[in-house]
Amino acid sequence: MEKSTWTTKVGLARMLRGGVIMDVVDPEQARIAEEAGAAAVMALERVPARIRAEGGVARASDPAMIREIQRAVSIPVMAKCRIGHTIEAQVLEALEVDFVDESEVLTPADHAHHVDKTAFRVPFVCGATDLGEALRRVAEGAAMIRTKGEAGTGDVSEAVRHLRAMRAQIRRLRALEPAQLSAEAKALGAPLELVRAVAADGCLPVPEFAAGGIATPADAALCMSLGAEAVFVGSGIFLSSDPARRARAIVGAVTHWQDAAKLAELSSGLGEPMRGTESARLAATERLAARGA
Amino acid sequence: MRIGVLALQGAFAEHVVRLRALGHDAVEIRSARDLAGAEGLVLPGGESTAQARLLSDTLAAALDALWRDGAPILATCAGAILAARRGWLDADLARNAYGPQLHSAEAIAGDGTPLVLIRAPRFTRLGAEVEVLARLGDDPVLVRQRRLVAATFHPELTDDPRVHALAFG
Repeated sequence: MEKSTWTTKVGLARMLRGGVIMDVVDPEQARIAEEAGAAAVMALERVPARIRAEGGVARASDPAMIREIQRAVSIPVMAKCRIGHTIEAQVLEALEVDFVDESEVLTPADHAHHVDKTAFRVPFVCGATDLGEALRRVAEGAAMIRTKGEAGTGDVSEAVRHLRAMRAQIRRLRALEPAQLSAEAKALGAPLELVRAVAADGCLPVPEFAAGGIATPADAALCMSLGAEAVFVGSGIFLSSDPARRARAIVGAVTHWQDAAKLAELSSGLGEPMRGTESARLAATERLAARGA
Repeated sequence: MRIGVLALQGAFAEHVVRLRALGHDAVEIRSARDLAGAEGLVLPGGESTAQARLLSDTLAAALDALWRDGAPILATCAGAILAARRGWLDADLARNAYGPQLHSAEAIAGDGTPLVLIRAPRFTRLGAEVEVLARLGDDPVLVRQRRLVAATFHPELTDDPRVHALAFG
């Protein structure tokens, strides 16, 4: 029996497809998420919108709080480490979390390097804004890619931009001749073998999820329609007026994204979504997606 | 054969690919109307709590009807839990019985079947009518009850088409 193989890492990512991964800050929220049909929860101390509002350095969460959440639910528990913070990642692996998110939502610990994820038994997910960034993270060992979007804004437009960029770049690779792939890999800043694999398969070598600014069932369905295989919802659920109901509706929307009548039903009477911030109004220093490209 | 693959949540896409490679007509099932004309059924892996929340009473009744008609069914991982919960498989399973993701593993069953076990369940009781087809150590990992084949592992994530061929042969 061989544990923590590439197949088992990517395999768990595959099992989460068609699902919703919800940010939770305590066991009570984790139970609400599980009951609503979340495929997994992300345990963290402050949702991105609060990190934005309060500022300061955002770090990995208190292990005691992560353990409480692990005890509260039976679905997979993920947790975030800072970009390049190998030791935070080791601590999360020691806690036996199911997935580590090396996340731009936390304050980066290393402005030049990401964690060498191939050295870990636990699988990693990383954010990306385009294909080159996605493939650099896969080369470092990420078993799942999510869009960065612009976390904590409740504005889906950046996630849409990243999904569209990924689709357009993949389509371009499909149209190139084999002889052109080397130059394209150089332009993307990505390893040639991964570029060849994407050109052959027409998709990333690992599951591609959407994250960043998803606040409504329709936002989640929009991301699915643009090629996402599942969605992360951070601030959008527990900063809304009726989290349990909104969580259930977003879970339904990811499954039934092609059925507009069903989406109308799911979107009805959910109360107030999170207020949010238009991402175009953010100053360059407030943009989390630019961290760790 | 036209085979419906339950597509509420989880790893349904690999089943569709595998079934098509075996010459079947595979369709994704999200509501009862998608089941029209289906002669077989796959319950895929995923998160069983999420799948249960997404399974409407109408769709559940339509799936029950297909099972009652004796359609061949393949249930993998979370799908096996669903099959037991609906009374199609006379068995009890412990969810996530090997521990968290760090204990997910690749292995070879006693009969040579390649296994990918991801936060896998374990059979804790099998009814008298349930036949064990493969074991890992002492644990049954592949079982059959009439036309239903249930696996605690993921045959759709390996290159081995035999489990699908067995279920829909």
